[in-house]
Amino acid sequence: MKFNRSLVLVSKDPESLRRGAEDVYKQFQSSLAEFDLQGEVALAPIADVGRHDALPMVIIYPEASAYGPIRAGDVPRLVEEHLLKGRQVEDLFAPVKELSGRVGWLKSRKGAQPMEKRIVTRRVGRIDPENIEDYIAEEGYQALAKALAAQPAQVVEWLEKSGLQGRGGAGFPTGLKWRFVAGTKSAKKYVVCNADESEPGTFKDRVILEGDPHSILEALIIAAYCVGADEGFVYVRGEYGLAQSRLQNAISQARAYGLLGKDILGSGFSFDLHVHSGAGAYVCGEETALLESIEGKRGEPRARPPYPTTRGLWGKPTLVNNVETLANVPAIVLNGAEWYRSFGTPSSPGTKTYTILGNVNFRGLIEVPMGITLREVINIYGQGMPPGSTFKLAQTGGSSGSIIPASLQDTPMDFESFRKAGVSLGSGALLICDEHTCALDLAVTLMKFFQFESCGKCTPCRVGTARAYKILTDIQKGKGKPQDLETLTQLAGEMEYASNCGLGQTASVPIRDTLRHFRAEVEAHILLGVCPAGVCNVNG
Amino acid sequence: MNPTKDLTQIVQTAVERHGAQPDAFIPILLEINHEYGYIPAQAIRQARVLLHQPEEHVLVSEGQLYGVASFYHMLSVQAVGRHVVKFCESAPCHVQGGRELWRAVQQELGLQAGETDPQNRFTLKTVSCLGLCGVGPVMVVDDDVYGNVTPEQLPNIFARYE
Repeated sequence: MKFNRSLVLVSKDPESLRRGAEDVYKQFQSSLAEFDLQGEVALAPIADVGRHDALPMVIIYPEASAYGPIRAGDVPRLVEEHLLKGRQVEDLFAPVKELSGRVGWLKSRKGAQPMEKRIVTRRVGRIDPENIEDYIAEEGYQALAKALAAQPAQVVEWLEKSGLQGRGGAGFPTGLKWRFVAGTKSAKKYVVCNADESEPGTFKDRVILEGDPHSILEALIIAAYCVGADEGFVYVRGEYGLAQSRLQNAISQARAYGLLGKDILGSGFSFDLHVHSGAGAYVCGEETALLESIEGKRGEPRARPPYPTTRGLWGKPTLVNNVETLANVPAIVLNGAEWYRSFGTPSSPGTKTYTILGNVNFRGLIEVPMGITLREVINIYGQGMPPGSTFKLAQTGGSSGSIIPASLQDTPMDFESFRKAGVSLGSGALLICDEHTCALDLAVTLMKFFQFESCGKCTPCRVGTARAYKILTDIQKGKGKPQDLETLTQLAGEMEYASNCGLGQTASVPIRDTLRHFRAEVEAHILLGVCPAGVCNVNG
Repeated sequence: MNPTKDLTQIVQTAVERHGAQPDAFIPILLEINHEYGYIPAQAIRQARVLLHQPEEHVLVSEGQLYGVASFYHMLSVQAVGRHVVKFCESAPCHVQGGRELWRAVQQELGLQAGETDPQNRFTLKTVSCLGLCGVGPVMVVDDDVYGNVTPEQLPNIFARYE
């Protein structure tokens, strides 16, 4: 079988032909030959692209860039820039419009083309992360200079207007959080970057920290300026040794350049930053557990309220933000809220990073505008599933996210649409599973994780996860009883209602989702003694 | 990992490097664990003597330090073998071949999770996601990371560790 690197579709419906599509097509043939790309790039006509305002249209996969209207004269540039050099030609893009038509994945699109848009990862892989000069050459620390020239309240207002929501999982409006901390009266305040990324299947923060550590520094300095803090911590999970050393290195460079320390850029504002290593505990991603951990204690979440915004580290008002959230900040400050709102959906502006994992041909990290659908992620960015695999379920957002069946794969992935569908976007991990995955086996794996990672402080979580794990493994071994499903449902409800923090509350989600979408499969283990996916050794 | 190093010296160096403030407790314990292989009760006693400074308003008990040392997965209060095998058992690795690999690892080493072999060569541990899911299933031996591991590669990998 022959593989092509790219696929070029040229619209050849009657209207396009009237406007010169045949010339465009012929020009593609000759330009591809000229650049010797015929072996790598496939060219095909397409009958109807589903919109008629920008014909003739050219769509190039796998980026799914939609260009139009295209004249034959544009083609050599498209071939050279996009197909040879890998740079999208932004001025030839088709105008943003709701697409509808007969191209399967285009039907569900609202707004912009489904192409990658890099904001938080724009420098990753392009600059030397250990060299501050590289960062400065790519607009680095310009946002800081702009922020220091403005009033703190003004910068917070820019953030609020941008609509940025926390990217750690909960989606809390970032600007509002900043305003809360800025509004507290305290001589001492802290800013903390939550880099305790432990959600299974998530490594977006690691990629940002390792590839562009200065962007986090810059965001934290801006944050400290806005809320009135003079000290900050980056809490990095203990397993991320490289991220820690790159941050340390970035901090000493920034100190040498006068970007950290006393009187930053002559503004009179002083701030210093420390890297703090975690030591292996999932629960420390919960912000109050993280603060306990910095204070040298066991990472057990505190009772809330009071929230860290009023009583945080050492009892002082503390701003805690996730790595990806902070990485958006310099870009917003520099380019403005309007610019940021031009990406994503109105209720969830901006981009989101996703990690695509599991049974797909391409596994890795992407950054796309909010609102893309799961089907697009699998088929465009995951480059489809391996031959012979059928999509069965996806697990979104790490262990505490949701299990979604194939029927929900056309739901746009933004905070609001997912909330309406009862699905959690979580940290952006997308674990794609084919039909060789047993839903019960997956639930057992997830419950084992929660049981292992429960900090043990509160009873519903400590006992609930252990009991749920025992019941699920019993079912897996063929020792299940029909009333077990009732017990599991009750346990899930109690954990969700009575647990102290998010860990115990979301530990109920795998149970609930598995029973909602794959009840028959679980019942087959109990009543028939068989595992429909052929994974569990039911009678062993 | 070297239990032959002088424990007192390790504890002292760690405290000097990180300072004796509460936010240094975890970094200090991490360093002891890394240098000595694990954190024996003796190290906790010695660290407490150095860290407890009532005149500086830093109050700490042995129980508190033990509580921290036994809470975090990267810290161990039990002796381990010369090499520690950490196997990721989170869902992404699990569905990408980790299920089969885990059986093979247990068989190859003759160990269950948490066990150390009689020759004190390997300790087998399970860990939660290491953030390397792009190359799952993932296994870490001491500080060396192995990705896309298949059961066939295991003898070769383990043979590198004496």
